[in-house]
Amino acid sequence: MTTYYTREHEWISVEGDIGTVGITAFAAEKLGDVVFVELPETGKSVKKEADMAVVESVKAASDVYAPVSGEIVEGNQAIVDEPAKVNEDPEGAGWFVRIRLADKGQLTGLMDKAAYDAFCATQ
Amino acid sequence: MSEVAHGPLKTTPLHAMHVRLGARMAEFGGYDMPIQYRDGIMAEHNWTRSEAGLFDVSHMGPSFLALPQLGGGDEAHRKVAALVENLVPSDIVGLAPGKVQLTVLLNENGGIIDDLMIGRPAREDQQGQLYIVVNAGTKENDFALIQQAAAGVATLHRADDRTLIAIQGPKAEQVIEAIFPEAVALTFMTFREIEDTPYGNVIVTRCGYTGEDGFEILVSAEHGEAFANRLLDDHRVKPIGLGARDSLRLEAGLCLYGHDLDATKTPVAASLSWMISKARRERGDFPGAQRILAELKHGVPSKRVGIRPLGRAPAREGTQIQNSDGETIGVITSGGFGPTVNGPVAQGYVDSSYAKAGTPVRLIVRGKPLDAEIAALPFIPTRYKR
Repeated sequence: MTTYYTREHEWISVEGDIGTVGITAFAAEKLGDVVFVELPETGKSVKKEADMAVVESVKAASDVYAPVSGEIVEGNQAIVDEPAKVNEDPEGAGWFVRIRLADKGQLTGLMDKAAYDAFCATQ
Repeated sequence: MSEVAHGPLKTTPLHAMHVRLGARMAEFGGYDMPIQYRDGIMAEHNWTRSEAGLFDVSHMGPSFLALPQLGGGDEAHRKVAALVENLVPSDIVGLAPGKVQLTVLLNENGGIIDDLMIGRPAREDQQGQLYIVVNAGTKENDFALIQQAAAGVATLHRADDRTLIAIQGPKAEQVIEAIFPEAVALTFMTFREIEDTPYGNVIVTRCGYTGEDGFEILVSAEHGEAFANRLLDDHRVKPIGLGARDSLRLEAGLCLYGHDLDATKTPVAASLSWMISKARRERGDFPGAQRILAELKHGVPSKRVGIRPLGRAPAREGTQIQNSDGETIGVITSGGFGPTVNGPVAQGYVDSSYAKAGTPVRLIVRGKPLDAEIAALPFIPTRYKR
């Protein structure tokens, strides 16, 4: 299983043609306490870099973008019921959705952990 | 989000302290201010409602309007009070010694230029002076307006280079008792000067912007950090940023100028009619009186109300409010999440026929209608020391 990162601070962990997506610890920390999450419906088609989900802190709403194109196969109801889970474990139990990838080739354009960490240092 | 170019930002006397405490800083009212510290907005909000929160509000506009000679008893007070009555609809002439009045500056259309506090000193030898505190973002214009109204009779002395600290929460009284024991006798909306303290002469007002009991304390710039450090030494006190300041005041039903109040809103529309004193209504001698008196008699088209979304999604400023037929009936002017209420809360203006608490409405959030209801303000019980 390999994890990739986007410039919008999403992570995607891919196994076969299924990617689990969430926001990074860096993003969660910047966002502050999450109070509301809105996920796309199962079966919905998403396009790389388009709006996919909404995450809100006390102060503001933020968009979560799809790291790759594909179909939503599962949403994490746990973070809808308990938004604080996103802050508790953003890169684990705080995952947002699972996507069936339409084109695994899109992963080559994403960053690995080392590149993402270097990117965060410039933010 | 695009960046607007600023000149260099102003800083308060506590700026270095905020940075040292690890605050996330951002611009507010032309100042570089702490939005939150390391614990985050939710923790800071909850701490204020259970312990005592320390807020740097030195960016605001404390000032003194004074006759050339002080100490002339009621007559001196009447003389300086009459000057500000030219700008506000409240009874300032009749203010008791030591009392503070929350009121609004009005334009000729009866619209609100700013909300502010005006205090009459308790001391005999300070009659002829008023303690006036205005908002940060509007203070240059406010000060000019007040000075203009007082021209030739009184002088406005700005004190916004000093440190103004708010300490708010159920433990605030005990915290302050250990430093300024005389302050504890103050009740809500009264103030006094305390002289020769370890922090110089200070002005303590029992008021705040959170719905909790607490104080706002004006200290010289030189003593500001020492006083703030003394407060933070008390384990019941934590520093609180502007993020939590906003969620606290929103839950308490308090207005934020520039959002819930602006020059197009009269105090009647803003549900602040209580500021329009009976004596002033009878005389009709304030800006926009004709319009305001007509509104008091016949009603207003649209009123400020509380709005409670019924789901979990917050509805923020600018959100359209509709009735169940999908007709637009209003707009949200402040909205977010209330940690104490543990849900979304908002304030806005709706057509008066929908203004009753419990009225069902819809909020258009991300293009979809979400159920909500009109709610009485405040969202939480206030705990002022009356």
